[in-house]
Amino acid sequence: MRGVYECVSLIAERITENKDFLTELDREIGDSDHGINMARGFSAVMEKLSPEDTDIGAALKKAGMTLLSKVGGASGPLYGTAYMEAGKITAGKTELTPSDMKAIFSAAIAGIQKRGHAVKGEKTMLDALIPASEAFTAEIDGGADMSKALDAACVAAREGVEYTKTIIATKGRASYLGERSIGHQDPGATSTLITLEAICDYYKGA
Amino acid sequence: MVGIVIVSHSWKIAEGVCDLAHEMAQGHEGIIPAGGLDDGSTGTDTQRIADAIVEADSGEGVVILADIGSAIMSAEAAIELLEDEGREINAVIADAPIVEGAVCAAVEAAGGGSVDSVLSCAEESREANKL
Repeated sequence: MRGVYECVSLIAERITENKDFLTELDREIGDSDHGINMARGFSAVMEKLSPEDTDIGAALKKAGMTLLSKVGGASGPLYGTAYMEAGKITAGKTELTPSDMKAIFSAAIAGIQKRGHAVKGEKTMLDALIPASEAFTAEIDGGADMSKALDAACVAAREGVEYTKTIIATKGRASYLGERSIGHQDPGATSTLITLEAICDYYKGA
Repeated sequence: MVGIVIVSHSWKIAEGVCDLAHEMAQGHEGIIPAGGLDDGSTGTDTQRIADAIVEADSGEGVVILADIGSAIMSAEAAIELLEDEGREINAVIADAPIVEGAVCAAVEAAGGGSVDSVLSCAEESREANKL
């Protein structure tokens, strides 16, 4: 059986594969630790989770708690809170409907906004996540199935990452660079895209 | 006494600031460092901060001083974590520099100040002139 453990495993695998890439992006406009921090966090998550973790809510909370402790940088409390909030609304579930997935997007966005006080357009992970959520919701509301809606979410997230190249960072370490941050894609938006693509690939392999 | 938690990316900074604060508040056992990660790397660990808040609290509340970047977000997440666990600890984050703020906060806490007065003392240290 494939479930939340396998999905988070794929996210962890992709984050680890992209460790150097994410760190390189962060070297350009930040403090050069995003890939290292995320890979450390997800390696700890995989130590905590096992295939017996089938309750999606419990698994996401466990993942969130681990990210809060092990990532170390700002992405720890941001992703940690996103996973915790997503876990709260999926407690007891072992499968997700499209409307559950819509709720997960909303909960993750609300969690990240609560923690980081950012809005769209500030060169953060939200610039990938918010358009992805909007595209997913529009597809589902228009009658599309989960697979098509997830594809649309990934396309929107990728466009969101491209968009971060065109704007000035006003949050986090990159904000010290001001206009010099233009031209560089945001590492947090990039790790969000990698996460969404992993979820999409997990779903299609199911 | 009101507890004080020092959050830093670096364990050495957190511990060092606590040492300085202790010099001004001898006998105050609730000045607790929460710096770095378990594996010795620099960073902030929400669970470690939450544990430090619990350790620092004697029932009168806790004032938290935090350094840069993720330290504030991690401290906020730690406070929420404790709330979610149903613990009733009056923990607040000071908008203050950690060294100067910790020394001022420690003096006020050791003198029997409330959370509000310890918080104000920490935050007033922002305005202190050095030259």
